[in-house]
Amino acid sequence: MLGLSLREISAALKQGQVSPKELCQKCLSLIKETRFLNAYITVAEKKALQQAEESEKRYEKGQSLGILDGIPIAVKDNFSTAGIETTCASNMLKGYIPPYNATVVQKLLDQGAILLGKTNLDEFAMGSGSTDSIFGPVRNPWSYSKQYREKRKQNHHRADEDSNWLITGGSSGGSAAAVSAFTCFAALGSDTGGSTRNPAALCGLVGLKPTYGLVSRYGLIPLVNSMDVPGILTRCVDDAAIVLDTLAGHDPKDSTTIQDSVGPFILPILKDVSKLCIGIPKEYNAPGLSSEMQTLWYKAADLFESKGAKVVEVSLPHTSYSIICYQILCPAEVASNMARFDGLEYGHRCNVNVSTEAMYAATRREGFNDVVRGRILSGNFFLLKENYDDYFVKAQKVRRLIANDFMKVFNSGVDFLLTPTTLSDAMPYLEFIKEDNRTRSSQDDIFTQSVNMAGLPAVNIPMALSSQGLPVGLQLIGRAFSDQQLLTVAKWFEAQVQFPVIQFQELMDNCQAFFQHEKMASVSLK
Amino acid sequence: MATSPAVEGAAPPPRHRGAPRMSRGSARASWEAEMWRPTLRAALRAGGAGVGGCRNAGSDSGKAGSRVSAELIEHLERLALVDFRNREGVERLRAAIEFADRLRAVDTTGVAPMESVLEDRCLYLRADRVVEGNCVEDLLQNSRQTVEEYFVAPPGNITLPKQSEQDPVTQN
Repeated sequence: MLGLSLREISAALKQGQVSPKELCQKCLSLIKETRFLNAYITVAEKKALQQAEESEKRYEKGQSLGILDGIPIAVKDNFSTAGIETTCASNMLKGYIPPYNATVVQKLLDQGAILLGKTNLDEFAMGSGSTDSIFGPVRNPWSYSKQYREKRKQNHHRADEDSNWLITGGSSGGSAAAVSAFTCFAALGSDTGGSTRNPAALCGLVGLKPTYGLVSRYGLIPLVNSMDVPGILTRCVDDAAIVLDTLAGHDPKDSTTIQDSVGPFILPILKDVSKLCIGIPKEYNAPGLSSEMQTLWYKAADLFESKGAKVVEVSLPHTSYSIICYQILCPAEVASNMARFDGLEYGHRCNVNVSTEAMYAATRREGFNDVVRGRILSGNFFLLKENYDDYFVKAQKVRRLIANDFMKVFNSGVDFLLTPTTLSDAMPYLEFIKEDNRTRSSQDDIFTQSVNMAGLPAVNIPMALSSQGLPVGLQLIGRAFSDQQLLTVAKWFEAQVQFPVIQFQELMDNCQAFFQHEKMASVSLK
Repeated sequence: MATSPAVEGAAPPPRHRGAPRMSRGSARASWEAEMWRPTLRAALRAGGAGVGGCRNAGSDSGKAGSRVSAELIEHLERLALVDFRNREGVERLRAAIEFADRLRAVDTTGVAPMESVLEDRCLYLRADRVVEGNCVEDLLQNSRQTVEEYFVAPPGNITLPKQSEQDPVTQN
């Protein structure tokens, strides 16, 4: 039952096959069972059950709020949630309880969704592995899947060794693990450089980054104001569209949301792709791209072509510079955004009372980890008067060149770009930590962050299992505000590739009651 | 370090048609040579830390190294109110600067800086009507030190002591 799609479970709730309270209880139990994944920082059990109770009353009266009523969801811990601790996985905000809900959270709650808890992330969403959190790293549920373990046995590795577990990718790794492990039906992440699409690819999920300006950022603790967007993680494309439909739209509290009316995000079933033109950017054939990933990428391109679409090679000439540009703009905005954490009005405060400056310095010394501090310092360097033009303004100019690259391609008749999302499948944690955060980010964000620079919508769609039995996904990028069309094509692609459902070996033994086998079979992508 | 982002004089890319449109080995090698200069590749492989692996970087890397002086460190720590803490922190900055320096290779003459992707739209104004507020209690709750309706801060007109008066960890 927990493996059903949003639409299916919503229908089940409506028909009375399961009650919101039962569903909520099942999810909460599963969260407890999968605690070893470390996906959740805070589980709001009492509140969730209360919300479930209210939802149940609505269903009994026949007054459900909509398709999301009674559906358990999780939210990344950098979204403000009233009354629920919001930490951003940092000591700086440990114990901080926001007095308000982020707009996206409020919208979900207004539709009756059940907020199960806040998920783990890299500290302040800086990272590509969900490994730099004060609460510890997040484990990829696929490390425990039958598919992965059987492959390891075949390759004569010990299948049961616990020390070689895999990362989820980041920074929305907790949200990805939560959805992938069936503890909720959808989760919110944030995407600044690929933080939703990266873990989606490594955990076999649909990870949507909406167009910048479509979804409100009010309440999302900002990293890079000009690139952040709330992201959506679900198990199928249709579910992502349902959530987007709820979240998209103008918010008077966020002046960077567009005022145009948007939606509804209902996805027609695409039967004919012959009018589509798919672009394959040649510069995305980057060093480090695994040959397996490359093969799957070309296979997908061939698939589009075989079904009648026009597939052309295109060029985004400034691709190789976009990661450098990002690594200037990001720390610069971070330096500014992190300045608000001084211990005075909220968050951690140390005991130094000599002077405000000393108090601020000591508070920030205690509150931030190396990654955050590193970015603040780099950012301040790039913003120094003598460096401002050479670095910050230069990077802004390169940003325009990158955005123009995309515009040129879309104006030449290409509808969508098809690219890899990650260099390869999920890496073991022990290997991942051999390099530092900045290095890993610059390697892993390569296919995803130029999309944030240009503010375009993009979605990761899980395609197939790698030779190790791990998920691999591809990314589709669209024009600004073409989210609905993007998801329509993504839905078509999803139906073509029929990505398999994860089979939890450990949990299978214990939780027969959770999985109705007939339902499981039908989940794999309608 | 003179690299050009665009590939001058290359044949127009062939359209993708069915079976492999080019021999992957040779084509990929030429793409790599043209698009991804050895320096950037090496930097990505080497993890960007330190000065190694940069064939043409010569003077640039030296520059990055010498720019991170003790004065700069102190200056940045003052501005950011965040400390480098140890040599690793300083190395991180050096690596970040070196990485950022590669952007010099891009020709941006006549290009205007881009501040927002929504620059084509007007920032709108809303009516000046107060619709929220009166949440003093909620806001004061989150602070560790308050007195009545005030946030309490230590005295503000005292500057942070100079580097030499603090711990010597970050002295180069």
